[in-house]
Amino acid sequence: MSLSVRIKKNFGSFSLDVEFEAPDGVMGLLGASGCGKSMTLKCVAGVISPDEGRIVADGRVLFDSAKKINLPPQHRRVGLLFQNYALFPNMTVERNIMSALAIRGKRNLRGRFAELAEKFYIRGLENHYPANLSGGQQQRVALARIMASEPTVLMLDEPLSALDSYLRWQLEGELSSILDEFEGTTMYVSHNRDEVYRLCEKVCIMNSGMTEVVRSVKQLFESPNTLSSSLLSGCKNYSRVKRITRRLVHAVDWNVDLTCREDVEDDICYIGVRAHYLSPSDDDGEQNAFPCRVIRIIQDVFHTIINLVPIGAPVDRDFSRVRMELSREASRSIRTGDIISVKVKPEDVMLLKK
Amino acid sequence: MDWFPLYNSLRVAGISTLITFFVGIFAAHYVSYAPRVLKGVLDCLLTLPMVLPPTVVGFFLLKTIGPFGPVGAVVLDLFGFKLTMAWYSAVFATTIVTFPLMYRTARGAFESFDETLFYSGQTLGLSDAFIFWRIKMPNCRQGILAGTVLAFARALGEYGATTMVTGYIPGRTATISTAVYQLWREGNDALAYKWVGVNLVISFAVLVSVNMLDNRYRGTQ
Repeated sequence: MSLSVRIKKNFGSFSLDVEFEAPDGVMGLLGASGCGKSMTLKCVAGVISPDEGRIVADGRVLFDSAKKINLPPQHRRVGLLFQNYALFPNMTVERNIMSALAIRGKRNLRGRFAELAEKFYIRGLENHYPANLSGGQQQRVALARIMASEPTVLMLDEPLSALDSYLRWQLEGELSSILDEFEGTTMYVSHNRDEVYRLCEKVCIMNSGMTEVVRSVKQLFESPNTLSSSLLSGCKNYSRVKRITRRLVHAVDWNVDLTCREDVEDDICYIGVRAHYLSPSDDDGEQNAFPCRVIRIIQDVFHTIINLVPIGAPVDRDFSRVRMELSREASRSIRTGDIISVKVKPEDVMLLKK
Repeated sequence: MDWFPLYNSLRVAGISTLITFFVGIFAAHYVSYAPRVLKGVLDCLLTLPMVLPPTVVGFFLLKTIGPFGPVGAVVLDLFGFKLTMAWYSAVFATTIVTFPLMYRTARGAFESFDETLFYSGQTLGLSDAFIFWRIKMPNCRQGILAGTVLAFARALGEYGATTMVTGYIPGRTATISTAVYQLWREGNDALAYKWVGVNLVISFAVLVSVNMLDNRYRGTQ
């Protein structure tokens, strides 16, 4: 079982150009807010029609502009969990779920309902209206209702983003066990890299309406290869680069030459260095060390963030600030205004394409 | 006291509200999904009767359904009766005048409806008709009811367009509003006061019920 999507849609000021193959299991769709993630899900579910392309789920063609196939959402068997859960406010929990159950056959409705109620911990809530449920309960009811419709593809649109951090953690656990049990393809949309890292096996990055290649989550976080995927993986420091030799680049925005572990290909335009891979150096002559002025020291919850400007860096550029994260201990002797030497190991310099 | 004007007013208002209810909801539903330009044009056309003087609506109506108008003449030819100067003539006038009230409140209710409910119903496999009648309508219930009550009240009070197409024939076309005017002209202030009283009671009841619906509507949000 798998889901294959290749669609285009033009909205005037914004256009969607999406192409990916989602295998079995959970695939994350990761992108900044407003990059077209929800729109992509709506196209797959069939509530919005793309201009052209092809969508195939489990060998069933859901949409094919060339063959003029466009199945209505009712026949696609794509379950979509909306961000606000979209429970019908005028129906009780039981009727919400029953309405979906009845579509898949009238036999043994009570028994099938009892089974779902048990599995999703909603016993005792049958006669409640959605307005009287907590966020977590609403999510469980919404998931039970989707499972009642027996989908072959499951899509979750930022399911945890409306919740506060404690409840979020608890629900993530529940969600993860439900996802483990589901046998078809699941697409998990989020702008939160941590969620995607914990819940998904594969990930597809989306950037202003365009998708990148599907990769394994490990691959993305350990070695992102484009600027946008690196940004989403949480890396904070970037510089444009000019290639000098096979493994030496000039970081234009930081005014420093850095050695890398891998060969620099011609299409490398940026380097990225994670904030916690930067460390103070005792010796200016050390490999990949460069002098910086300390502009600001920020105490975070568990560590200290130090904002730096490399000496000789062009100050008017976006990228010319460097962020270093240290433990409280290690940052004790650093003061605002100091000039310190900072280094990065060659293996921690990430080479990025545009 | 002859109660015919009350009976006639309720009859006319009842029938026109029934018509305007279905046509208004249909129009509101259709327009809320129309493309942007068409939506603007239709919205103007459908709201026009609300801002036009009722006499202008009456004038257009007379020119259309009067015995020499294109519709009136055909009906007179084929079926041998006139569409004007009868009690049901008032139904044409009040339907047109009250239509925008129903249409606009229904459209407002539809537009504040959370469209993801429609989408989620569709992805669950529910038919569009089920979603419209069992989810969209119940969730827009208060707005639509308020529109209906307002349309009914406006129909009861309609004077300008009605008097132009029905005239004033006691016991045949008289309504409360045309009766009040006629009684005042005849100098029968005592009876005019009685009808004014009846009118006030009805209007008051209508406004109270609209307010109650509105409060309940806010309470559920």
